Amino acid sequence: MKLMKSGSNLERLLQEGKFVVTAELGPPKSADADVIRKKANILKDVADAVNITDCQTAIVRVSSIAAGCILVQMGLEPIIQMTCRDRNRIAIQSDLLGAAALGIRNLLCLTGDHQKFGNHPSSKNVFDLDSIQLLKMVKDMRDEKKFQCGEEMDIEPRFFIGAVENPFADPFEYRALRLAKKVAAGADFIQTQIVYNVDKFSQWMERVRQLGLDHKVYILAGVSPLKSVGMAKYMKHHVPGLDVPDALIERIGKAENPKEEGIKICVEIINRVRKIQGISGVHIMAIEWETSVPEIVERAGLLPRPKIA
Amino acid sequence: MIVGEQKPVDEIREMIADYEKILVLGCNGCVAVCFAGGEREVKILASALRMTAKIAGDKKEITEGAVEKQCEWEFIESLKEQVEKCEAVVSIACGIGVQALAEKFPETPIFPGLNTSFMGMPLEAGVWAETCAACGECILDKTGGICPIARCAKNLLNGPCGGSQDGKCEVSPETPCAWELIYHRFKDRGRLGALEEIRPAKDWSKARDGGVRKIVREDLKL
Repeated sequence: MKLMKSGSNLERLLQEGKFVVTAELGPPKSADADVIRKKANILKDVADAVNITDCQTAIVRVSSIAAGCILVQMGLEPIIQMTCRDRNRIAIQSDLLGAAALGIRNLLCLTGDHQKFGNHPSSKNVFDLDSIQLLKMVKDMRDEKKFQCGEEMDIEPRFFIGAVENPFADPFEYRALRLAKKVAAGADFIQTQIVYNVDKFSQWMERVRQLGLDHKVYILAGVSPLKSVGMAKYMKHHVPGLDVPDALIERIGKAENPKEEGIKICVEIINRVRKIQGISGVHIMAIEWETSVPEIVERAGLLPRPKIA
Repeated sequence: MIVGEQKPVDEIREMIADYEKILVLGCNGCVAVCFAGGEREVKILASALRMTAKIAGDKKEITEGAVEKQCEWEFIESLKEQVEKCEAVVSIACGIGVQALAEKFPETPIFPGLNTSFMGMPLEAGVWAETCAACGECILDKTGGICPIARCAKNLLNGPCGGSQDGKCEVSPETPCAWELIYHRFKDRGRLGALEEIRPAKDWSKARDGGVRKIVREDLKL
């Protein structure tokens, strides 16, 4: 068996070649731990690890690390998210030392949505590092026991390091190359932007395989159930970098029960991406609809999940 | 050049509410080139202030003036007499000009009539865009002559974020994605390999983050 980098459940399952399921938990916009516990209980036996967003769309919510800590206490495995928008390299490293000390072992590194879209559009952003420099920094902390400045530390934070990539953003031809940069910088696993256009996703994966990246990194395809035709249209026209084909919008629009149709489509997409060579799992982002996840995972034939060691 | 935009007249009127004799002072440097703070704009602003004062029944005596550059001592020396005759100055130079005047004439309140917007250039008639952020360590050699520090909303150094779509920035459909431009510049040159290299974390100490900056050239000192 290969040496573990973090010892996380997610890392172990991927190393064993299991098809993994991760899900997303959006923390509340208030100091309400019960909301976190409630959502965590829904996801408990259906996801191998749970992502906790870091003030996604630049809206203030309970911090990813704090919510992650609650999940650890509950016996779930969190994937905390860290963006470059709100913290400089000092704050990021400090928070990551703390997260590791609290028992968190998976970390997803992102650039972060611009604050223009959030509830504090007049705030100042940071972007001291970009996501690739962030990956390099956490890898050096783990593998070299070094801070970004080069100083050494005694006990290093051992994270299983994740990154994201959006196969649907432009320039399309550059997206696989950018993934290669993320892998070279330190990514152990990738969670992609939500896939609705499976054909385009397959094209991107073909390029990823040409670069040999499927042998260097575990790739989890992002999926998200559509709730209504309104949501489908909103995602197509207002969420930057999302590709929702018109045929899907039409299908949801014609459905008698749009929610049921949304779940059905999500399961179909999971079944299709599963067959793509180089895909190691799915990441289910049911935005403010965590209750749909157990049904999606079950209908996709992905239950029961392996027990956390 | 430095690009600015005039403040609303009401905001300027509030600043000068307590003063009667006002000098409106322009600069014929950058801000004149961008039609915001030159001699012509001094005339327009002075007329607007006179007119609004008249309508409101306020007693105001508005005089006008302009110099070649409000950011150099030798040019603002010549303003002494004009400034001494007034109670307050509305400068429509950039923030540098306003501060130079305030330094030279500490007795007189100097009010900014302009918002200093950015360093950039005109793209076409009536359109200006930011192109340099004065970060103190130029990287244009590595980015095909297009600056991601000034022109990417997240000042990314390793390629476009996931919000780049159809060549536009996620922050505004009016703004081209700097990294889309950089990608095509290198592609056209047949040098895409340059974009595979990981650019390390930037040394921001040379930018504003390192504190207030100053350049000292011993060879030029008198």
